[in-house]
Amino acid sequence: MNSLIFRTIAPLLVVVMLVFSVFVMLRGHNEPGGGFIGGLIAASAIAIYGMAAGPAAVRVALKVDPLAIAGLGVVVAGLSGLLSLAYEVPFLTGLWGFFHLWGTDVAISTPMTFDIGVYLVVLGTIAAVVLGLEEGE
Amino acid sequence: MDASLDIAVAAIALVPLLAAAAAPWLVRAVGAGAGWLLAAVPAASFAFLCTLLPEVAGGGRVAAALGWGPAHGLALSFLVDGLSLTFALTIAGIGAFVLAYSGAYLAGHRHLGRYFSFLLLFMGAMQGLVLADSTVALYAFWELTTVASFLLIGFDHSRQAARRAAIQALVITTLGGLTLLAAGVLMQQLTGAWELSSLGAIDLRAHPAYGAILVLVLVAAFTKSAQFPFHVWLPNAMEAPTPVSAFLHSATMVQGGVYLLARLSPALGGTPEWSAALIGGGGLTLLWGAVAALRQTDLKQMLAQTTVASLGLLVLLIGIGTEAAIMAAVLYFVAHALYKAGLFLVAGIIDHETGTRELPDLGGLRRPLAVTFVAAVLAAASMVGLPPLVGYLAKEEMYLALLGDAGLQLLLLAVLVAGNGLLAAVALTVALKPFLGPLPPLPKAPHEPPVAMLAGPVTLGVLGLMAGVATGWLGEWIVSPATLAIAGAAHGHLVLGLDPFGLLFWLSVLTWAVGGLVTWRLEAIRAVLRRWAGAIGWSFDKGFDAAMFGLIRLSAAVTHLWHHGRLELYLVVLFLMLALATIVPLWSLGGLPVWPEAMDLTFYEWGTVLIAVIGVATVVAARTRLFAILALGIQGFAVALLYLLFGAPDLSFTQFMVEILSVVILTLVMTRLRLDKQDLRVFEDLLRDGGLAVLCGLGITALLFAVLQGELDPLLAEFFNANSAPVAHGHNVVNVILVDFRGLDTLGEISVVMTAGIAILALIRGARRDVPAPPPKPPARRRRRAATGAAA
Repeated sequence: MNSLIFRTIAPLLVVVMLVFSVFVMLRGHNEPGGGFIGGLIAASAIAIYGMAAGPAAVRVALKVDPLAIAGLGVVVAGLSGLLSLAYEVPFLTGLWGFFHLWGTDVAISTPMTFDIGVYLVVLGTIAAVVLGLEEGE
Repeated sequence: MDASLDIAVAAIALVPLLAAAAAPWLVRAVGAGAGWLLAAVPAASFAFLCTLLPEVAGGGRVAAALGWGPAHGLALSFLVDGLSLTFALTIAGIGAFVLAYSGAYLAGHRHLGRYFSFLLLFMGAMQGLVLADSTVALYAFWELTTVASFLLIGFDHSRQAARRAAIQALVITTLGGLTLLAAGVLMQQLTGAWELSSLGAIDLRAHPAYGAILVLVLVAAFTKSAQFPFHVWLPNAMEAPTPVSAFLHSATMVQGGVYLLARLSPALGGTPEWSAALIGGGGLTLLWGAVAALRQTDLKQMLAQTTVASLGLLVLLIGIGTEAAIMAAVLYFVAHALYKAGLFLVAGIIDHETGTRELPDLGGLRRPLAVTFVAAVLAAASMVGLPPLVGYLAKEEMYLALLGDAGLQLLLLAVLVAGNGLLAAVALTVALKPFLGPLPPLPKAPHEPPVAMLAGPVTLGVLGLMAGVATGWLGEWIVSPATLAIAGAAHGHLVLGLDPFGLLFWLSVLTWAVGGLVTWRLEAIRAVLRRWAGAIGWSFDKGFDAAMFGLIRLSAAVTHLWHHGRLELYLVVLFLMLALATIVPLWSLGGLPVWPEAMDLTFYEWGTVLIAVIGVATVVAARTRLFAILALGIQGFAVALLYLLFGAPDLSFTQFMVEILSVVILTLVMTRLRLDKQDLRVFEDLLRDGGLAVLCGLGITALLFAVLQGELDPLLAEFFNANSAPVAHGHNVVNVILVDFRGLDTLGEISVVMTAGIAILALIRGARRDVPAPPPKPPARRRRRAATGAAA
């Protein structure tokens, strides 16, 4: 893409999209959103950055192979399920912890970490495919 | 039941498996001497099993069980009765000698640790097989012996012949493993018990499914015990190191089928079908193996063929099924295990010390290998059936079992005399030819082998002698309890000594005469047999290869039929199936929906529909593919809008993102993979694809209408709405279902997503490597091949 405007705006857009994707993922349990959609938004951000700056720049920015991110996602999701072993409940049983931090209630749970896993898988896989295609000459 | 006894019995099978894991480290630590240390494992099992002898000899049985799958009524149950104890003692005893022997035989071998691992793995599996009372455990151990045998036959995996033999043994014995599983499940369904000892709950012989069970069990036993026509794998298995042949392929694993038949004989035996199959199969195998042995010149090959024959003999005796016949079978099993393992170990010594196993090249070893010679003579004397060795007892007992004047008995007697005579000839040849005569030039100068290698054959030979002398002891402790377990009765009579005026003695003399005669004319007989085999030109071994190639060709044909590599045909099939799957059930079951008469839509709903229609019309009218892809995005956005309007924000959200990414990725695919810019389909193809598209559209529409017009079951919706917030702490039901209620599904899905990503990357990279230069634009008629290339 040779549009100067696009190349200038893209990094800003990418930052906003990535933050938004995390926001969408985290609100997913109670509002529309979730790991899958969040991952798609993040992957779109990566795709946009790839179009603007070239896939090589994206790889530098990512630091790790996108497929490794996907793999980490599967591991995170799987471990969220395995945590139930420690409490002697069936695999993937949701475990919740409610904390009162800085004047607000925060819920940390295995469904949340599971959703983070989903987010990472979607992000990593689509980013890998998109980058692979963008690199194709 | 005493818990420590449960564990002790289970340990006989399980400790060797643990030792298998430790063996490589042990070898690294102490070298070849590890053989002696590891031999302590079966030796300890042997000692423990001996402590069970008094109880079993008294007619008792020792049952032991560990919890396994209590929810499914499964226990890791073991049963020690006369039959399993006889087998277990054989396995432990011979196993100890084989382990010690192997340490010296393979001293300095690069993969000695791995070898010991495989051998111990097998030992544990075999002990489990003969001790198991649970059918499931029996099957598991059965398959484990198959796997261990595969690994051991293919141990020298750099040789093609070893690999082929390993695969052949695996294929044939796994076939039997599967039928054993089927038989076990079938019997469990009929009797309600997983335990072999509980099979007598109903009379299986009278059940209509008896035929099926019998065939399944017979295939299992015949493949494992190398019965005709499954015998081919056993001679080929001689590719394994010689101690392995001595252990697995003469004394233990191949006896698994015999064990199975003996074990199931009380539940399934005694019918005409059973007798016919076992006597016919066993008798044929006996003669086949005995004749085939004469054709060989390789020591191990000769012994392997006689093993086939001996297995046939055992199957035949079990098929006869009388108390005397079973007693003969038990005696013969013991005698065979002692002398055959001994002879194999002797063959290994000869090979190890001289560098050859070819009979014509050998001779004169009586002086350099004097101790080995003694062991060989002891074993061979037992195999020939000379008094006072245990082989003589076994032979007398089997003739006794068949004495009678009925036609069948006479025929079987003739078969037995002929078979035993031929086996005697092989025994004489194997034990005498390498040792007598002048010493020819040999690849290596022979020396007496180390104690580790001599201990086995000498002890086994002496045991064969002792068992033949101490007949009372043998009968009381081993033969009677085992006969009792198989035949249900035992009267503990063993023919003692020789009666020169009895018919039995003269049958033995006849056997020896046959053996002596054949030994004398062996060269001529071998030449004739080889000429015949050459004239026939076909063998079961070649038949096996032909069957395997046929199988490969068949699977290749099936694969090519369905996996032809033409992307558009895959898509045609997929969409055709989609259309059929939606339309046919609705139509045939009378569920076709009524076309709604009036559409009561608001203006913005009409607007959304209009957007969708415009999108689809543009796709159809688009000149270039890139344009069509973009237009498809418009249609997708309209669908997302619909979701939004009808209260599914999550779906809508996802749909928007998927549409955007689809357009981006498809555009990238179009531009990067150099696909044709234009749609090059000819008219007929357009007609076909268009028709399919219309059909699919109609099908989906009909399905949606049918769903809307039918009654919706609100059970799930109510459940999720009611439980989402209080149980799963989430108000977004869709998300809660995804990450909590149906989390396992999602876990599977994300794994698939990642795997698909890896596959796509491989395709992209492959395509990049395979297409170095832009291909010339194909003319319209040839576009199919171009599409195939792009898909690849």
